[in-house]
Amino acid sequence: MAKVKGVVVVNDERCKGCDLCVVSCPCDVLELHQHEVNSKGYHYVYMKNPEACIGCANCGYVCPDGCLTIYRKKNQ
Amino acid sequence: MTEFQDIVLMKGNEAIAYAAIRIGVDGYFGYPITPQSEIMETLMNEAPWTTTGMVVLQAESEIAAINMVYGGAACGKAVMTSSSSPGISLKQEGISYLAGAELPCLIVNVMRGGPGLGTIQPSQSDYFQAVKGGGHGDYRLITLAPASVQEMADFVDLGLQLAFKYNNPAMILADGVIGQMMEKVKLPAYRRRRTEAEIREQCPWATLGKPATRKPNIITSLELDSVIMEQNNLRFQAKYAEITKTEVRYETIDAEDADYILVAFGAMARICQKAKDLAREQGIKVGIFRPITLWPFPSTAIDSFSAQVKGFLTVEMNAGQMVEDVRLAVNGKVPVEYYGRLGGVVPTPQEVYNALVAKFNLPN
Amino acid sequence: MSIDIDIVSPENMVYAKPELMNDTHMHYCPGCSHGVVHKLIAEVIQELDLKEKTIGIAPVGCAVFAYNYLDIDWQEAAHGRAPALATAAKRLNPDKMVFTYQGDGDLAAIGTAETLHAANRGENIAIIYINNGIYGMTGGQMSPTTLINMATATSPSGRTTSKDGAPLDMSKLLAQLDGVCLVSRQAVHTAANVKRAKRMIRLAFENSMAGKGTSVVEIVSTCSSGWKMTPAASNDWMVDNMFPVFPLGDLKNI
Repeated sequence: MAKVKGVVVVNDERCKGCDLCVVSCPCDVLELHQHEVNSKGYHYVYMKNPEACIGCANCGYVCPDGCLTIYRKKNQ
Repeated sequence: MTEFQDIVLMKGNEAIAYAAIRIGVDGYFGYPITPQSEIMETLMNEAPWTTTGMVVLQAESEIAAINMVYGGAACGKAVMTSSSSPGISLKQEGISYLAGAELPCLIVNVMRGGPGLGTIQPSQSDYFQAVKGGGHGDYRLITLAPASVQEMADFVDLGLQLAFKYNNPAMILADGVIGQMMEKVKLPAYRRRRTEAEIREQCPWATLGKPATRKPNIITSLELDSVIMEQNNLRFQAKYAEITKTEVRYETIDAEDADYILVAFGAMARICQKAKDLAREQGIKVGIFRPITLWPFPSTAIDSFSAQVKGFLTVEMNAGQMVEDVRLAVNGKVPVEYYGRLGGVVPTPQEVYNALVAKFNLPN
Repeated sequence: MSIDIDIVSPENMVYAKPELMNDTHMHYCPGCSHGVVHKLIAEVIQELDLKEKTIGIAPVGCAVFAYNYLDIDWQEAAHGRAPALATAAKRLNPDKMVFTYQGDGDLAAIGTAETLHAANRGENIAIIYINNGIYGMTGGQMSPTTLINMATATSPSGRTTSKDGAPLDMSKLLAQLDGVCLVSRQAVHTAANVKRAKRMIRLAFENSMAGKGTSVVEIVSTCSSGWKMTPAASNDWMVDNMFPVFPLGDLKNI
């Protein structure tokens, strides 16, 4: 089990599906929904692989729309 | 800082500068151009930043100067600029933005002859530009036309008072004669500049930093929604209608019994006084109507003489600009004639008298 | 394959949208660099506790609506004139934090005079300069910083030096001026770059409040709509093509 565990909470409605968070992730955690869209028609991002998230927040830093809130916890 | 006796002799341009310092103007931003450079020169000599705290800055262009005025006005500060005709043309973008953002400020135009680089001699050929909207969009500029050095001093305060009353730019439309000639003048009393707390109280829209207690203040003329933009325009028009109703100013001289009225503003009105005297000596009953506010134009007041007089002669140092507004006011009831000289030539009283006699076929 | 809900609690939060950025959805295209830079400015204002003292000057261009997104007082300038507004706002209110936010059309074309002269006077303002080599809002026309051979709506066969001159390096020009204390060129395409860009924006704001002169932070940016690429491909293109012409780093820091 990873030493740190992270969670990315997505503001679905703010997300424009630009994909920049997806490519910034070192652990291949994120993906744009293939079919789901928000009210503006954007394929918003979700945690495809949540177990792999280390809470590095790279996704949050590069997100232009401030859609992502990142949490991180060290395992005891 | 120079201290004066009660009444002093100075140029119109100098009077503008001293009045600005005394009434507590916060900032002046300008660029040199003849025939008004004494305004900024006087301010720089007086160095009011060491006394009243007034900021005086020479900008890199007239465009920068008017946009500095925008930045200062957006903070609720009492700010002004001055220039002459070609420089005022450069400021038109900024003036339109100021009107669109509903910002108060004072712009001084000491007119010289145009078009283009033209001449440095006096002229009144920026009348249309000032009162019909020199920049883009449906806006109006409160326009004051001083005819004496005293009015140059007085209209700094009046212009800013009107600007702040209506959140609209105001202009002193002077000419090279009034700017350059020396007359006795009584300068306004000293009034301290407003504090930030006073500005926040008087101008709740001012961008001085957002306290937690209010929403952000945003100074802009932009609105992409045409329905809202139309409402903004209708609000402006209602304001302009209120100004037209409330703020018309003019002067009449010997008009009560006049058969003919000379309509003139600024320096031309002073010359017309002598022409009137020449006419009266010949038994021709001539009066003077001098619009002080060129916008709002004193249309009703002029028209009130239509039933009394046989004709109006509009005398201007241009190709006939204000005459259009006089004709609109009189609406064909009696003849409205024009006489003027162009390109920086100042008509003499005798020329005006001769024009009056010729236009109305009077016995000479 | 499940999200550990227990982690989602305030004490574990490591990144969130700054409070100063409101909930209004930004009008920018997906992946636009403007949003990241807006966040950085909001974070810096919060961290320096300048919320109640800051006056932002918005440009003409895509960022014309910056005033809708950060809850501070704003003035919207005519195209290119932001440094003139900022000059007066700061001189009349020396205790305030005044910054301009300008694109390459605004700062490097129509506002060149206002920008250079404000900087030459050493106005105590921060200039945030977004350089993406194109006019975004009007539909992707050539700007002074458009790269050679780059095709735009007004250089459809690519910009040529013989016809349009070489890309204009405003930061290099600004760094020559005695009134300028900081010129730093950054980017926001990776988390590491975002952190560096934020440090320089913070320094620019600190310089302004300390009265050190004009600070300029250029952000080499993308315009995926104007460049006609995906946001991710735009970042790659920026690294390969923009950075050689506009290399990142501090041009002046005194």
